[in-house]
Amino acid sequence: MCAATSSQSRGGLAVLDAQEIRRALTRIAHEILERTHGGEQAVLLGIPTRGVPLARRLAARMGEFEGLDVPCGSLDVTLHRDDLRLRPARALGRTDLPAGGVDGKTVVLVDDVLFSGRTVRAALDALTDLGRPRAVQLAVLVDRGHRELPIRADYVGKNLPTSQRETVRVLLAEVDDTDSDAVLIGDSA
Amino acid sequence: MNRHLISAADLSRDDTLLILDTAEELSSVTDRSIKKLPTLRGRTVVNLFYEDSTRTRISFEAAAKRLSADVINFSAKGSSVAKGESLKDTALTLEAMGADAVVIRHSASGAAHRLAGWVKGSVVNAGDGTHEHPTQALIDAFTIRRRLRPRGPDGTGGGQGLDGLRVTIAGDVLHGRVARSNVLLLSTLGAEVTLVAPPTLLPLAVGSWPCNVSYDLDSELPKSDVVMMLRVQQERMNAAYFPSVREYSRRYGLDASRMAKLPEHAIVMHPGPMNRGVEIAAEVADSPRSTIVEQVANGVTVRMAVLYLLLGGAELPGVAQ
Repeated sequence: MCAATSSQSRGGLAVLDAQEIRRALTRIAHEILERTHGGEQAVLLGIPTRGVPLARRLAARMGEFEGLDVPCGSLDVTLHRDDLRLRPARALGRTDLPAGGVDGKTVVLVDDVLFSGRTVRAALDALTDLGRPRAVQLAVLVDRGHRELPIRADYVGKNLPTSQRETVRVLLAEVDDTDSDAVLIGDSA
Repeated sequence: MNRHLISAADLSRDDTLLILDTAEELSSVTDRSIKKLPTLRGRTVVNLFYEDSTRTRISFEAAAKRLSADVINFSAKGSSVAKGESLKDTALTLEAMGADAVVIRHSASGAAHRLAGWVKGSVVNAGDGTHEHPTQALIDAFTIRRRLRPRGPDGTGGGQGLDGLRVTIAGDVLHGRVARSNVLLLSTLGAEVTLVAPPTLLPLAVGSWPCNVSYDLDSELPKSDVVMMLRVQQERMNAAYFPSVREYSRRYGLDASRMAKLPEHAIVMHPGPMNRGVEIAAEVADSPRSTIVEQVANGVTVRMAVLYLLLGGAELPGVAQ
């Protein structure tokens, strides 16, 4: 790896670096604790692929701050998507609920980028089949606008004004082949 | 993935692993209070059964319904087939009714292949004559993988094949479509398959199959990770393939003393329906090593995965089978 990790070499302009992602997640963790009154009844569910490691990081931080064990899992939405017929059948991600389930809990859905809102719509449907949470909230690392459904995030790492043509990529050490986390913005090829 | 599932030979290793991994994710649906997914809403699956079958038909029906597809059951008895309608005309009728997928069981080998040339939807072979039964082989591979190559508790370790496992398949290979599909599929996944049967119950071309052949069950058992017993069909029992049922059972049946020769971790499989006391003793079938009930339960899950992968995405124009 060359020392100058030029943003261009990774396929886009870096808008958040590892430090900034860390700070944003720390702030969101505090906000979730505040809004859920200490996080007692909170359950974090990450949406694969990158929502899952983000949910784990948030849960770990919340645990650090309040000294509690925050349940954390993953929720695959593929089978509930509204665009299945537009592409060949996709491989499924993993759905993994924490032992306590979601009934009566405050579920915080976690994803990397909020764009059209369709993924979150699918997640809400998927969640309905799994139980009846007391409330559902949404945390995203990046909100890039261009919503196609009446959906908004409760916790946002960074609001990023984009054009429809641009792509936003999130790189995380857990799932991507990268030495440092980053959010990149680039022109769609 | 191809548009149809006719033969286990059409499945590449990647296709097979995709089906098994998808089934692994879908298996959690069975444990939920709401066992239903909206994925195939508005799609129609026709079960076209020319031969009697309980578990295969019910399992395909349950799989399609859990994915919200509409299911039409068709059995030859009490239909126009009894009046002499040909397979092709029946197929065209179903086509006109807008079937997105046809699941076919037929007594003639190659029926599924012929059907695939006549209908626009996907064709899934649920057993054609003495040829193939690919979904049963997928179920068996899935069951073996869950028992002997399980995932970690955090879901890691998916995407594995069956490399290095030794699978012994014993019974009527000549008439058993399950055997052929299993040999093809398990060898694609890297398992080493050995067929054990009396010479009269082995097909002539068995030399060209990707497997070993033996006539002696006792010598194969100690080195097997999996032993799969196949049914000897009642109608064959008096057809001079072997001297008597009792002699067959003595030489090729799996009883408790034979099971004791298996390694500690080995599992016993049977695709059902069983002849207790012929190819498998009751105490073996009911032992904790037996995966027979699991195989039935996994049937719904694996068939859901097949239907999802064939019907769940966009229709692929111009992809022939």
